[in-house]
Amino acid sequence: MAETVVGAEAGVARAQTSRWAQIKATVGAWSFMSPAIFLVLVFFFIPAILLFVLSMTDLASSNFSDPWTYIGLENYRRLFSDRFFPKILRNTFKYVFLTLGFFNVGLALVLALLTSHINRRASFLFRLLWLLPRITPSVVYIVMWRRFVQTPPYGIINWFLSMFGVERQPYWLTEMPWLFVVLVNGFVGASFGMIIFTSAIEAIPKDLFTAAKVDGASSWQIIRDITLPLLRWPLLFVTTYQTLSLLVSFEYILLLTQGGPGLYTTEVWALTAYKRALKTYFGSHAWGYGAAWGFILVIIGVVMSVVYLRVFRFDELVQEPKIDVL
Amino acid sequence: MKVELENLTKRWGDVFGADSIDLEITDGELVAFLGPSGCGKTTTLLMVAGIYKPTEGVIRFDERVVNHVAPKDRNVGMVFQSYALYPHMTVFRNISYPLKLKKVPQEEMQRRTQQVADMMGIGHLMDRKPAQLSGGQQQRVALGRALVKEPDLLLFDEPLSNLDARLRLSMRGEIKRLQLELGITSIYVTHDQVEAMTMADRIAVMREGKLLAYGSPEELYDRPRTLFIGGFVGNPPMNFVDVEVVQENGAYHARRGGFDVVVPPERGGQAAGHGTVIFGIRPEDVAIADDGVPGEIYVVEPLGRDDLIDVRMDEEARVHVLADPALGLRIGDNVKLRFNTDEAQFFDPETEQSLLWA
Repeated sequence: MAETVVGAEAGVARAQTSRWAQIKATVGAWSFMSPAIFLVLVFFFIPAILLFVLSMTDLASSNFSDPWTYIGLENYRRLFSDRFFPKILRNTFKYVFLTLGFFNVGLALVLALLTSHINRRASFLFRLLWLLPRITPSVVYIVMWRRFVQTPPYGIINWFLSMFGVERQPYWLTEMPWLFVVLVNGFVGASFGMIIFTSAIEAIPKDLFTAAKVDGASSWQIIRDITLPLLRWPLLFVTTYQTLSLLVSFEYILLLTQGGPGLYTTEVWALTAYKRALKTYFGSHAWGYGAAWGFILVIIGVVMSVVYLRVFRFDELVQEPKIDVL
Repeated sequence: MKVELENLTKRWGDVFGADSIDLEITDGELVAFLGPSGCGKTTTLLMVAGIYKPTEGVIRFDERVVNHVAPKDRNVGMVFQSYALYPHMTVFRNISYPLKLKKVPQEEMQRRTQQVADMMGIGHLMDRKPAQLSGGQQQRVALGRALVKEPDLLLFDEPLSNLDARLRLSMRGEIKRLQLELGITSIYVTHDQVEAMTMADRIAVMREGKLLAYGSPEELYDRPRTLFIGGFVGNPPMNFVDVEVVQENGAYHARRGGFDVVVPPERGGQAAGHGTVIFGIRPEDVAIADDGVPGEIYVVEPLGRDDLIDVRMDEEARVHVLADPALGLRIGDNVKLRFNTDEAQFFDPETEQSLLWA
């Protein structure tokens, strides 16, 4: 349209400059993204490919003299025909969604809402205290929990129970392994969401709450109608991020129950992968087989990410870039 | 509804947000709380809304003490400088939210929301989100939300400050007309004295948490009780010159150096015998004339309809004068000034109180 007014020659010149500007913009964008792309390639794509390659071999400490034998999908066949495969899969989802629902998102949200309704200083102190387990070494943290649930005379829980005259004083960890697996993970996990949600709540303009109060809303109605809808983005972010991090986390379970008590009671996928590859009896590390377990976990993670992105419509939340093209 | 504030005080530790405010707002009146930022006007407003609890004092709606009544039970509507629209709700849901909370039946809610939106001229924007509206439209939605529940009291917290100058002017008129038509008692917080003058039935001038003056715009303009009010109310602001008032041959003269004007006895009489006093005169009461007090033009600021002329009478005494642009005055010109001393004000330099309207 403009070209017809300014004439053909000027039009060509303009088209050229705009093409040049486009190239510059593209190069600029890629160079800004390159550090992130580099990191994702080196620390995700390449390891994932290596993992897949490894999973197609029979690499193990038992046949280390003759490594790298290509055995196709044999490891996967073995994995899916494992008697405990369905149980481990169920355990994994049970672990992820119970911890996520009750603690990493649920309790985190409750704590954030509570602390944002009390005095600033007190809430800051409270959040700081809640962060302590996160910066405590895992082993120390778990040893502490194992003491909590011990039989007398060591267990604090039982000591309290005896104060209330409760006679039965078992080793609670074997009594209710799942409760403690979820609790121990959730107690630490909740602090992440709490911090994110708290800062998101504090970022909501005060006037909105004043307006809602004047409009006639009760505290609960304010939370339901104003706070929660405005926390949509942090809620989705924490849910997605914590799902993925719970999927691959196993160290607390390893330290707490080692997947027991009994056969695979609290064993999750990541723990199995770890055990197969790196912690098998008699030093028989089945690296190839473990890699197959690991690779399936990668696939589960990717699928879940895609599902989250679709279900939560992340693309809608991503705004147009605010920075002008260079 | 009548509103009464009695000894209303808000303290945070040693800091006074509002300091023993006493005032009464009659039914249907629009009262402006006017003052610089941090003067306690919003604090007072939020106490009336029920967001802040008063440290001391009483708030009465008609005869009912509402100190401990929750905001939702006060039936007030509020409009904010930031609009405070709920960003995740459509215009319809924003306006109807107070009704939804009151559990008004769906059909009635629909009807009342549409009615208010049409009144505000935003009936066609019901499905938009606030981010898709202009500032003026957002302010209309905010007004609609405040009006839809048919409040007994409307509270405005600098509602026009975020709008551009032209829109501010037209919204000012609209709010005023709307308030008159609906006859809802209103409190209007502003730091803009033009807004307060043009809209309010009465103005409460506040500074540092204290109520300095409470009266009609004319009263504050014509009979300022303190130096602060004299200088704060009116645009361009009042001129102040240190003078001594003496009686000579039956006439009162306000004098300093080459400056000598005759003032009417009913005003001059009050100021005479106080030594040095502050003489206040508004720019529109000073005129460029053929004879009078000599001075030199320091600055000329064209305002369009008038030129605002800054005239230097001596080293320390300068006055602003509104002059006809047709006079073609320029910086450096020597002029003569005539003062309409019927409107002269006198203030005590120590107490800053008016010597005329104590």
